[in-house]
Amino acid sequence: MKNNSSESKITKDEDIVMSNPFKAKSHWQLMWEEFKNHKLAMGGIIVLILLYVSALFAGFLTPYDPNERFSKFPNIAPMQINIFDDNGLTAPYVHPIVGKRNMETLAMEYTVDQSQQIPVNFLYKSDDTYNFLGLFKTNLKLFGSDETQIFLFGTDGLGRDIFTRTIHGARLSLTVGLVGIAVSLVLGLFFGGISGYLGGMVDNFIQRVIEFTLAIPKIPLWMGLGAALPQDWSVIQVYFAITVILSLTGWVSMARVLRGQILSLKEEDFVKAARAAGAKSGRIISKHLIPNCMSYILVNLTLAIPGMIIGETALSFLGLGLKAPAVSWGVLLQEAQNVRAVAQYPWYFIPGVFVIVAVLAFNFVGDGLRDAADPYH
Amino acid sequence: MKNKDKLLEVKNLRTYFDTRRGLAKAVDGVSFDVYKGETLGIVGESGCGKSITSLSILNLVPQPKGKIYGGEILLHRDNDEVIDIAKLKRTGKKMKDIRRKDTAMIFQDPMSSLSPVYTVGSQIMEGIMLSHDVNKSEARERAIEMLRKVGISPAEQRINDYPYQLSGGMNQRAMIAVALSSNPSLLIADEPTTALDVTVEAQILELMEDLQQEYKMSIMFISHDLDVIGEISDRVVVMYTGKVVEVAEVEDLFYNPSHPYTQGLLQSIPKIGRKKELKPISGSVPQIYNLPDACHFAPRCPHKMDICTKKEPPVFDVGEGHQSKCWLYEEGGKRNEG
Amino acid sequence: MLNFILRRTLIIIPMIILISMISFLIITLPPGSYIDSYLANLQQMGGEVEQSRADTIKERYGLNDPIYLQYWKWVKGFPRGDFGMAFSEERPVINIIQERIGYTILISSLTLLFTWVLSIPIGIYSAVKQYSFGDYAFTFFGFLGVSIPNFLLAIIIMFVGLRFFGINLSGLMPVQYMGEPWGLSKILAVLQRIWVPVVVVGTAGMAGLIRIMRAEMLDQLRQPYIQMARSKGVDEIKVIIKYAARIAVNPLISTIGWLLPQIISGGTIAGIVLGLPTLGPKLYDALKIQDMYLAGTIIFFNIVLILIGTLLSDILLALVDPRIRYD
Repeated sequence: MKNNSSESKITKDEDIVMSNPFKAKSHWQLMWEEFKNHKLAMGGIIVLILLYVSALFAGFLTPYDPNERFSKFPNIAPMQINIFDDNGLTAPYVHPIVGKRNMETLAMEYTVDQSQQIPVNFLYKSDDTYNFLGLFKTNLKLFGSDETQIFLFGTDGLGRDIFTRTIHGARLSLTVGLVGIAVSLVLGLFFGGISGYLGGMVDNFIQRVIEFTLAIPKIPLWMGLGAALPQDWSVIQVYFAITVILSLTGWVSMARVLRGQILSLKEEDFVKAARAAGAKSGRIISKHLIPNCMSYILVNLTLAIPGMIIGETALSFLGLGLKAPAVSWGVLLQEAQNVRAVAQYPWYFIPGVFVIVAVLAFNFVGDGLRDAADPYH
Repeated sequence: MKNKDKLLEVKNLRTYFDTRRGLAKAVDGVSFDVYKGETLGIVGESGCGKSITSLSILNLVPQPKGKIYGGEILLHRDNDEVIDIAKLKRTGKKMKDIRRKDTAMIFQDPMSSLSPVYTVGSQIMEGIMLSHDVNKSEARERAIEMLRKVGISPAEQRINDYPYQLSGGMNQRAMIAVALSSNPSLLIADEPTTALDVTVEAQILELMEDLQQEYKMSIMFISHDLDVIGEISDRVVVMYTGKVVEVAEVEDLFYNPSHPYTQGLLQSIPKIGRKKELKPISGSVPQIYNLPDACHFAPRCPHKMDICTKKEPPVFDVGEGHQSKCWLYEEGGKRNEG
Repeated sequence: MLNFILRRTLIIIPMIILISMISFLIITLPPGSYIDSYLANLQQMGGEVEQSRADTIKERYGLNDPIYLQYWKWVKGFPRGDFGMAFSEERPVINIIQERIGYTILISSLTLLFTWVLSIPIGIYSAVKQYSFGDYAFTFFGFLGVSIPNFLLAIIIMFVGLRFFGINLSGLMPVQYMGEPWGLSKILAVLQRIWVPVVVVGTAGMAGLIRIMRAEMLDQLRQPYIQMARSKGVDEIKVIIKYAARIAVNPLISTIGWLLPQIISGGTIAGIVLGLPTLGPKLYDALKIQDMYLAGTIIFFNIVLILIGTLLSDILLALVDPRIRYD
């Protein structure tokens, strides 16, 4: 009896220690705890990790070279990898594509033969050599088959594998936002910082510039600048030009957030107190201003990336951004410009689904971060 | 005070907030009466539950986290009807009827308690038309009369003013006009003078006393300021961490405080001419999520006894109309159950 | 009030000058332009008439002059409504603008209306029923709306129309109505299609607006005047609409500042995909063939429309919020 009560006392004490509200947690710890509770945001994080990892290992994950044309197999519908057949669970197999001569037109027609089963080989040595993470050349692929082509998302009008192209397209489409945001961040930190810090005339001028930039409709501006890119530029040149174009409007919101934060933080009691206590400017900036702005900057970054992804996709879709042979989601979606084509070959739209999923994931993560960063929401 | 008819009986009221950190017992077993025509002061530090008590009486506890978990709030209406407000639906018809005709409330911050986008006049007229069966022009006449009564002049012009065009004191007068436009039997004033300058505060208190005479209403006056409470109240309820610790007539309370908390409060007010040193209450108000067992005041109490940390004290009668929730009076006073 | 309107209007003038500069800069960026090939073509045809015409054009637009002179030669025609030539169509740019700006304004206004009419009640509902299932559902659909790029949504809607209903939703009206006088059947035919760009562009801005309205509502519902109104016995629905929402919508008016650029922007690409008779598709064509004055003028008008919209919203805000007027 006595033993019991002392035991329960100990556990009680532990509970108190565990849930002690006075135990200081860092801002980031608190943010993470809030963020973890945001289910959509956590889902978004997982989706993004999957997408970026796929983009990184695109060569391994996809069976072909993105620009390889299977001219015999245009507009093949997506093929399924099956693991059940009439006898129940079995090794993964596909129904192969077979050619048959149409006796009226005398042309070869290729269709999926539902009656045959061809096993899928994993860790398959293919004909396509690629550079694994830029380290070494290999031809090892996640899956493939000697006896048939496997088009998970079908093929386009030129017989290119849409699955391969979509995963490879993620490389350009998902990084254009990151590079763009990095440029925006530098511009935004610089102009927002000096605007909030110096105040006065400089602030006033930068504010007018920001207001004006916000009033400019993005798509017409991007289109105008995209159209101005020389036709003979390489993919890399165009890629960086696009990130710069997107950043021209992207830095504005960053600068605004930062300026607002710095202005209000300058007036906060804890900053005044630090100053009154004799803290030097450097210490105030590093210990008080920057840490307090960081979470807002992070939120803003996350929420700005989807806009950049959409921007690249839209420009390339219109033919004013990246162009073939570059492979990006926007370039792939050019195939979907004609609604009649989409109606006939709905799988042309699959890269669009990836765009939507990626953007949605970024928005969820950004929203989760926003809620987590604002302790008073 | 001569009239001992009860207007309102609050019995064992419990209003809790279901927050992420746990159940916050903002008001926990509060009981008191309000008599017809009296001014009942409710005093306590911020967070003691006095405002939540007053909002509970109007069934206006902030949603969705707050809720009346138990107890009774019995209102005796003019037609001898007795209604338990605690049982009414928050947005129900009956509750609205009570708010329109029987009760009224004025709030702490005069600048934000009137809608900034409607004129003062239209906000008074709205109250008049909700409580009385009058048309718009009659309501306007009455609104002008109300403004005159609360000392806003020229009333005919001021009636078209927006709240931001009036000073804080004027806004508080306007709010009183809105509140009294329904001719209520109970006026709840939640820290009505806290946001005002001292000179304006005195004017507002005087105005309230005058209007109480005229309207023959009861006032529940809530404040953290013992001076103001002493000036305006007939009887005083002292609250601490969601519980009533002492109830007494105002003179009795000031000259003969029984609860150690009340004593501490009185000793910590500075008085001109008093040379005695101020004695603040030691320690600080416990967190609402982390209240001591038994007596909540025990950790700060200079008279703490063994029993104080073991068993919650009941309410003891310590004199005529004077109750105290403290074990010190177990022998001296009579035990009062309920 | 009049003073306020006058002041706000005057600020616009330097802005318009700035916009004309930026528009000009954009269209002169590409190396070579349509004029060059156009002139080359004219010269190839030979003949004295063609040669003199080429010279006139060169002279008119100062093609051999430094860039600031070229700019000046372009903008000095603005007050007379001369925005240069659309070389690809061999007619003045202003004619094309006149044909199309009406539809652009119509679709933009409808989109703005659509966004507001849906977001305001949803924002109110989400605030009043905070953390309810409906609140979460609306938030989710709002996110879906922002996350689907306008041009993809346009394709999706057209795809669904074509595949499942067998109707062609591109364009603003079926071909047979084009050039016909307006009549009931033509209006009905337009109504059958005009919702597509409105929905496509509107859904993109809705999530932001719902979020702002919800946050403003939550903020207002916490204000003491709400409790004051309730304590008077005002009906709950009236407390929500007449008191809280009445103030919560004010900041929404100022969102026109960012909503309008978004609508013009989204409308441009939706117009291209849907083949609408708006400015967007013309801008696209002009940019592709570097028909510089046409492209520049459309960019110019797009931004001017936004400025005027923002001006109107500022005036509206001053009208509904008495506090601003007395500043």
